[in-house]
Amino acid sequence: MNLTLKIWRQNNAKEAGKMVDYKINNISPDMSFLEMLDVLNNELIEKGEDPVAFDHDCREGICGMCSLFINGEAHGPDRGVTTCQLHMRMFKDGDTIYIEPFRAKAFPVIKDLVVDRTAFDKIQHAGGFVSVNTSGNTQDANAIPIPKHDADRAFDAATCIGCGACVATCKNSSAMLFVSAKVSQFALLPQGKVEAADRVRNMVEEMDALGFGNCTNTGACEIECPKGISLENIARMNREYLKASIK
Amino acid sequence: MAKSALLKSSLAKKYWMALTGLFLCLFLVGHLIGNLQLIFGDASKFNEYALFMTTNPAVKVLSYLTYISILFHAIDGIVLTIQNKKARPIGYVKNNAKANSSWSSRNMAILGTLLLVFIVTHMVNFWAKMHFSEMPLQTMEVNIAEGQTVKLYKTVQEQPIPATAVEMGQLEVRGTGFYQGDLKIADGYKDLHKITVEFFQHPQYGLIATVLYVLAMVVLGFHLSHGFASAFQSLGINHPKYNCLIKGIGKIFCYVIPALFAIIPLYIHFILK
Repeated sequence: MNLTLKIWRQNNAKEAGKMVDYKINNISPDMSFLEMLDVLNNELIEKGEDPVAFDHDCREGICGMCSLFINGEAHGPDRGVTTCQLHMRMFKDGDTIYIEPFRAKAFPVIKDLVVDRTAFDKIQHAGGFVSVNTSGNTQDANAIPIPKHDADRAFDAATCIGCGACVATCKNSSAMLFVSAKVSQFALLPQGKVEAADRVRNMVEEMDALGFGNCTNTGACEIECPKGISLENIARMNREYLKASIK
Repeated sequence: MAKSALLKSSLAKKYWMALTGLFLCLFLVGHLIGNLQLIFGDASKFNEYALFMTTNPAVKVLSYLTYISILFHAIDGIVLTIQNKKARPIGYVKNNAKANSSWSSRNMAILGTLLLVFIVTHMVNFWAKMHFSEMPLQTMEVNIAEGQTVKLYKTVQEQPIPATAVEMGQLEVRGTGFYQGDLKIADGYKDLHKITVEFFQHPQYGLIATVLYVLAMVVLGFHLSHGFASAFQSLGINHPKYNCLIKGIGKIFCYVIPALFAIIPLYIHFILK
């Protein structure tokens, strides 16, 4: 496949960036999107140019490190995949592909396509945990009965890898899907219920303070989420927060 | 903490947006039922309804709630839109938003602004006239003999007043009251029906008023196609068991209610003699 790439290049957080065109030839449809970028970077290095900086780690869709806004969609046109799981067979020979960083005030660009997603960590620090000392006498996992339905929904929420596709996709750069997944995975389980009210209050407060936008229920996040995190989680967070606020 | 959480936080803004929005949906139903009397009732029915809507104390409370809801919904919407714009200072060069969300869900602010413009003009045209300006009082023609009719003023006290009594100066009209000297004889009905019919049948502007009204109802339909179900999600009501019901009622608010509203000026302009 021969492709034209339009890639956002930006030296650092302070300088302005711009879209730069690159031609790339002989790309196999079986390559992953990141492998295609590896090929481009090899060519750039050989030419003595600065390679394109992009985030990646596990390359098997589990770490949440890869990002990229490809042809107007977070993690590209495929559904339920991260960018590392996106294959070049999703594109056609001769295509022009736009590659941009995830855009949000709370996710500033570090370089080229790499953005700083520390904001998510800060939200987690504000309450995305259970304050239980786990060292020593761990009790049997089945000692507390948990309805299967709740366990399943908590697990579904916990599959969020914190990649930030929801923020990138949302027209308001809202982090509600991420925060609600983290709120839900604990709120549904007995161990998490103890701190549920403080957790949701603190996490929402932190999210607002970091400059994420407000949710307008467009549902775009749910569609673009590589892990299929459901909007039901946002509704649950809304309930949890309302409960916590009137307590 | 709890106080600011219920006013300032991102979620609180959603709750208020949802609550005011749903209240306005209820208002729409009430308003529609009244308006439909322009088609299914007669001038008397409609003017009685108009009087009831402007004088009944319970309705007054509801109407103030409606004004507050409209203002709050609009202001909250503006604040949300400004914050949301700020949350992404640099936009995308290419954004394929239609792949993951509906047009109306992304353009609620524009649709809402258009609706606000409509509400203001609509209130100037009808509400302000009804409340603040001199209105014609409702009259009716009654047959008294073959080919002979007499014009009577309809009154709240059910005692019609001959128009001749006013024309000959025996009675004086002040506001809606008929006075004999300083003694109030009866109260007439403000003829909102006449104002409405003349508005949509106006020889110069009637057609354009009708078309604009219908367009505003299309905008309302788009706004509610996202807004109604969205309000429930904001309030945390999202459950597989009830989502179907919410979506179903949402369809009624998206299609049926705006369509019924739109039929009324079309009926007045094109059919009503």
